[in-house]
Amino acid sequence: MKPPAFTYHRPASVADALAVLAETGPDGKVLAGGQSLVPVLNMRLAAPGHLVDINRLGELAHVTVDAGVVRVGALARHAAVERDAAAFAALPLLRQATGHVAHPAIRNRGTTVGSLVHADPAAELPAVLSLLSGSVTLASASGRRTVPAGEFFVGPLESALRPGELAVEALFPVPPKGSGTAWLEVSRRRGDFAVCGVGVLVTLSADRRVAAARAAYVSVGPTPLTVDLAEAVAGLPADTADWAAAGALAAARVRPEDDIHATAAYRRHLVAVLTARAGKAAVANA
Amino acid sequence: MHEVSVTVNGVLRSATVPARRLLSDFLRHDLGCTGTHVGCEHGVCGACTVLLDGEPVRSCLLFAVSVDGAQLTTVEGCRAPDGGLGPVQRAFHECHGLQCGYCTPGFITTVTAYLRDHPDPTEEQAREAIGGNLCRCTGYQNIVASVLRAAAIQRGEA
Repeated sequence: MKPPAFTYHRPASVADALAVLAETGPDGKVLAGGQSLVPVLNMRLAAPGHLVDINRLGELAHVTVDAGVVRVGALARHAAVERDAAAFAALPLLRQATGHVAHPAIRNRGTTVGSLVHADPAAELPAVLSLLSGSVTLASASGRRTVPAGEFFVGPLESALRPGELAVEALFPVPPKGSGTAWLEVSRRRGDFAVCGVGVLVTLSADRRVAAARAAYVSVGPTPLTVDLAEAVAGLPADTADWAAAGALAAARVRPEDDIHATAAYRRHLVAVLTARAGKAAVANA
Repeated sequence: MHEVSVTVNGVLRSATVPARRLLSDFLRHDLGCTGTHVGCEHGVCGACTVLLDGEPVRSCLLFAVSVDGAQLTTVEGCRAPDGGLGPVQRAFHECHGLQCGYCTPGFITTVTAYLRDHPDPTEEQAREAIGGNLCRCTGYQNIVASVLRAAAIQRGEA
């Protein structure tokens, strides 16, 4: 359980980091919080020749709210995002979901952007980014590109990040006024990976009818799955809308699989129940 | 090889180590601070938890070279100023919060940081606080009691 040998780089600027990543190509890997990467190395599931440590790049540690977007830099720890008062005021879902990411000791070191890049289908942040239709900005020595969530999560543990690229920032759009969110999940212990997790975003009209409702799920597919719940609840008074019907709609859309943690049937059941609960909770938060 | 210097429990310590040296092994093998225990080595069990600049982290998921210059507190640093048991250590002793003791250093550091920020937890909050630490002996009842007892000691209700 010891990591394989690697060449260690500690660039002093983003430009330096991009230069090293350009040089090392597929043999280079970014070390941010390391809370997913280091277990992978310790278990010898990967053996990159070069690690590029960005932990001294304070310029990437920002959490800022501007122009309807919460911007989270590559070095912002989960704990910093969770604590950030302005980010919470603008987008409560970030704190609602981040509180379910592992345990405090992991959140103190792990980063939000790192979780996105790791693209674990059981992780919360990829589903949050998908639910909000956010995006990730990727930088390389030859320029920058911004990839929307729908194209960023390619498969289990696979994102659109290419060799030589550094994910510098995630952009979480703030939903329109009258919106509410909720995050619920079931895990064996608090902090374990979810057997099923759901985030719901509802937007209400001035007369408290459901104008839009969407959900995103973890641990029920290879990538974060989003489901439009409008068919079940759009136009209905939010407080009496049939959220159980929304749950049934979602349960019919997901394609969970059996694994050591739960059967597909149990996961589908959780999708229905958690969607109904989260829908009501999101309305209460709107 | 990399020269790494960290302040461990108030004392500046240095060693020259390869980049792949985990902080847990750096503490134990290179600095001789064997209070920190190594359990799963992939971030699940919490035994190796230390405080990095005051906040709990898994030392098996950090490279020593990456935290060069940091302030670390290990279980040895959770003692009282006079060298006796610190409040959390004393509570674990009084409440039988340990049996074999393997997981204990991770609990002591985790609970020390938690109570600094949350001086008066409920039982449910105490359980939540230790959710990331595994113990295979105690069944957790006495550990939860220890957390609550440590809080009382720190509040001066000894």
